[in-house]
Amino acid sequence: MSAISIRNLWLEYGDQIVLERINLDIDAGGFISLVGPSGAGKSSFLRLLLGQERPSRGAILLDGKPLRPEPGPDRGVVFQRYSVFPHLTVLENVLVAFEFESSPVLAWLFGKARRDAIAKSEELLEEVGLEAHRDKYPSALSGGMQQRLAIAQALARRPRVLLLDEPFGALDPGTRAQMHALIRKLWRSCGTTVIMVTHDIKEAFGLGTRLIALDRTRLDPQAAGRFGATVTYDLDLRRDGPVPVLGFLKQPAPENGAPMNQGNHP
Amino acid sequence: MNIVPGRGGRFLLALLPFVLILLVYMAGSAQRRAENPDDKLLPPFSEMAETAHRLAFEPDRRTEETVLWTDTGASLQRLALGLGIATLIGLVAGLSIGLLPAVGATFATLIAVISMIPPMAVLPILFIVFGLGELSKVVLIIFGVAPFLIRDLALAVGNLPAEQMVKAQSLGASTWQLAIRVVLPQIMPRLIEAVRLSLGPAFLFLISAEAIAADVGLGYRIFLMRRYLAMDVILPYVAWITLLAFVLDFALKQIAHRAYPWAYAQERR
Repeated sequence: MSAISIRNLWLEYGDQIVLERINLDIDAGGFISLVGPSGAGKSSFLRLLLGQERPSRGAILLDGKPLRPEPGPDRGVVFQRYSVFPHLTVLENVLVAFEFESSPVLAWLFGKARRDAIAKSEELLEEVGLEAHRDKYPSALSGGMQQRLAIAQALARRPRVLLLDEPFGALDPGTRAQMHALIRKLWRSCGTTVIMVTHDIKEAFGLGTRLIALDRTRLDPQAAGRFGATVTYDLDLRRDGPVPVLGFLKQPAPENGAPMNQGNHP
Repeated sequence: MNIVPGRGGRFLLALLPFVLILLVYMAGSAQRRAENPDDKLLPPFSEMAETAHRLAFEPDRRTEETVLWTDTGASLQRLALGLGIATLIGLVAGLSIGLLPAVGATFATLIAVISMIPPMAVLPILFIVFGLGELSKVVLIIFGVAPFLIRDLALAVGNLPAEQMVKAQSLGASTWQLAIRVVLPQIMPRLIEAVRLSLGPAFLFLISAEAIAADVGLGYRIFLMRRYLAMDVILPYVAWITLLAFVLDFALKQIAHRAYPWAYAQERR
């Protein structure tokens, strides 16, 4: 069953065409890496999936139904920065998701409901290894810990799809490797569909079960915005996948130094 | 910029200019008194202390009220009402304008235009419409301060990262929930800072309004005493007003730092 279907999607800003002719079926439970050069519309594509922007043409279907054109709890998101709320402690950052869910007017839980929500939040914090920092404010956390928190927060509402916008781009290599292990574990345990935009080709191949590259295939030298980016590569990265990745040695852990420049990038 | 005074050093350095100003005043006062024993311009501290004591602790012969406290009470009541209502308006309107594009498109320009009207220019209108009583003074403070608060808070809301808004919605927050749990607490420190900055203008409007039409109040007293060149009353009053403003400012700062510690985590000192 495909979780997300994209039918002939176009995104235009006035004269400028950002994305064109995008047709994709994304299976539920997959881990999709989205790569491409800067300005190829990766982040725009993610914003379309989030509902932050609307496509100029075409449709996005989530579980067969048209996507609601605004962000909602069926799609979780982790951005590179600003993903956590600076005015809430680590625990409250996760707790607030449950408060949004169960308390429409006050957005605040009391008594037993609050204790239950705190227990659930603590469970999530434990999964990402932040239980010892539950009463700190995000400003006291390192970049990696802030992203851990953002992930725990994003998983609180059990989203159908988890969108990651260069989530590890600002982290140092060691922290990044830890985060890869963490996100792989969480993805396996909760079975959500993950779509990750990244600049890091190694990360894209190391984590993904499928890699999608966006790029412009046509270029008008007189009008740079005349043609948009579309899907140029769509690789199945599962070991038993039908499309072999030629000449590419897939490593389970990204820090083991998988060879990079295999011409898989246009 | 790398010579940083310690805690005690900073206190002494802060004290130094005050001491200098007082010394200069005392020297000037003594010199004028030496030339003319009836000089009214720079009364010595002993005389001011005497007058201040009389104003603060002895009831007025005519009204049987202690002048300083009735004046202070009346003025602070006007100030508190004006600033309080302006803060409430600023918070609600600023948040709505900053957060909701439709509200912003409707009212942002109006507020920008209103904030350009010099409040003192509409004071006659306020006197005509609301009479010479308390209401016109309170409305003047609101009129002078609220547009600034609205614009400042709308900007503060606009400066919150878009990622946070998307994130909150992806956690299931409705616009209302987002406003009260994500936006409101994050602009509260800015609101308090904006109110601190508005204390000066608020006092300005208060004292102007009292100077023009009042029968009690700090501004009224100062302008009344001007007719008698009673510097021994005016100077302690000015010092008292300054002290009130300073204490209010300090209290607001403390409240902001106590209630919103996360907002000051990144500050240099």
